[in-house]
Amino acid sequence: MADTDDVKTLSFERAIEELESIVRRLEDGKVPLEESVAIYERGEALKRRCEELLRAAEARVDKITTDAQGQPTGTAPLDME
Amino acid sequence: MAKIAALTNTAEFSVTELSAALKRTVEDAYGHVRVRGEITGFRGPHASGHCYFSLKDEGAKIEAVIWKGVHGRMRFKPQEGLEVIATGKLTTYPGSSKYQIVIEALEPAGVGALMALMEERKAKLAAEGLFDAARKQLLPYLPEVIGVVTSPTGAVIRDILHRLADRFPRRVLVWPVRVQGEGSAEQVAAAIDGFNALPPDGPIPRPDLLIVARGGGSLEDLWSFNEEIVVRAAAASMIPLIAAVGHETDVTLIDFAADKRAPTPTAAAEMAVPVRAELFVEVTGLSRRMMLCWQRGQERRRTELRAAARALPAASDLLALPRQRLDTASAALPRALRASSHAHQRRFAQASAGLTLNVLRAQLALAGHRLDAAGERLSRCGRTALQQRRERFDALAARLQTATLANLQARRHHLAREQERLQRLSERSRRAFTVAIQQQRARIHHAGQLLGALSYRGVLARGFALVRDENGAALPTAASIAPGARLMLEFADGRIGAIADGEPSARGVQPQAMAEPQAKPVRSAPAKRAAKSSDQGSLF
Repeated sequence: MADTDDVKTLSFERAIEELESIVRRLEDGKVPLEESVAIYERGEALKRRCEELLRAAEARVDKITTDAQGQPTGTAPLDME
Repeated sequence: MAKIAALTNTAEFSVTELSAALKRTVEDAYGHVRVRGEITGFRGPHASGHCYFSLKDEGAKIEAVIWKGVHGRMRFKPQEGLEVIATGKLTTYPGSSKYQIVIEALEPAGVGALMALMEERKAKLAAEGLFDAARKQLLPYLPEVIGVVTSPTGAVIRDILHRLADRFPRRVLVWPVRVQGEGSAEQVAAAIDGFNALPPDGPIPRPDLLIVARGGGSLEDLWSFNEEIVVRAAAASMIPLIAAVGHETDVTLIDFAADKRAPTPTAAAEMAVPVRAELFVEVTGLSRRMMLCWQRGQERRRTELRAAARALPAASDLLALPRQRLDTASAALPRALRASSHAHQRRFAQASAGLTLNVLRAQLALAGHRLDAAGERLSRCGRTALQQRRERFDALAARLQTATLANLQARRHHLAREQERLQRLSERSRRAFTVAIQQQRARIHHAGQLLGALSYRGVLARGFALVRDENGAALPTAASIAPGARLMLEFADGRIGAIADGEPSARGVQPQAMAEPQAKPVRSAPAKRAAKSSDQGSLF
């Protein structure tokens, strides 16, 4: 069966590009049955990866704190207004 | 002093006092002035760190100095030819009756001067290749962490964060900096460098993308982003960098060094992330298309299968045709065999018919022809070769004959010449010989005459006789004649024998002495003559 482990580390851009290419190949209708099953599964995994990346949108805003020499020491929540 | 003062009613100063008074007056009156002029004769910073130059306009010139500490803090560094507004105080220099302005702040006078400065700097940095298109990096499609270098307060960061939240909320790290005024350029550059220096998996997440942002403002307000230190930091950033400084129409040098220039901070946020909702729709759409495609593919396969199954013919139908072909073939087999053997037989007959002595004969004849032809060629060649040799021989013989003739001719000539020479020589020798003979003959004749004249016969002819012993030897002296010795007397007209008188004695001398007298009586005259002649003979 198709190996979908590497999908979990793909960036959103890579994942959606590959998903698009799978859709194109399936639309062409020239993929043999067995391979079409495999790439369909991979397409599903890619879709899940994309959605996971899209869901993981966190709106966290920090500011860099620096020491006297201007070297970053850590982060602190940015308080605006 | 008071006395003189009283006399002239005018205070008297020492030079130092006067100079000090002037200094106080000038410094009091012009303790804080702003003066506009063009920098000229710029010298510095010196080793001391101070800068000296003059400020001038159309009508006047004033000496100016910037102390080291002030120069170090200056946002605009003084530059030859730059029109500036200098703020400072006037002071005098008592040592040489001079005054000057000590500048505490310097700003370019007007936009024109700043633009000129910026253009100059832009050309210089462009020449270094800092703005090359080849240096530009692509922005990540969906950055995880976005680093923002800007003021932590104000509209800019708010705009960015709002737009990011609208499109795709991300983790944002703000590096607070001053975006204008003194030290702001250094802070911005340090922030860019600082983000780049973060380790990839340290406690502070390293951004995938940087945004350097500032709101709109005057050229002077935005000037920090024209500073070399900021431009260089942006160009050197390994993290893709979007510059969003000022409004759309504002141009700063960091725009050229950045990987992407955004007209506004909001636009920078739009460039930084895609719209999350759109991506959701896109992913869902793709997934649905994928499913539909697959379903359609399955449906199509099913249809094809059904059609194929329907088209599959019955086994008996499949076998009927091959069966018929087999039958036909097996029926045709014996006939084909016969036909084949016939064909073979015919070929054999043809071949054997052709295999006769005629073939050999024809080959023999052919070989004979070839032999004849070769023999013909051989003899022709021989003849030709002989002919060639003969021709060569004839040519050589002709040459030989000619050469021989010429040689003979030459020899004949030579011989003729030699003969002629010989004849001449023999003629000469004959003549010479005759002459020599005659000479010799004359000499002989002469000698003969001389001989005749000198010969003893001449003496004999005058009547003397020569006495000889019986053996014919001349006896010149009487002493040599022994008595009784047989003598021979020679006269001119002949010889006659005689015997010396006296007895033959053993004594040698005496008988000889007596021999003459003995002989004398026999032939006295001849004896006398003989004695005479012997006397004369002794004369010889």
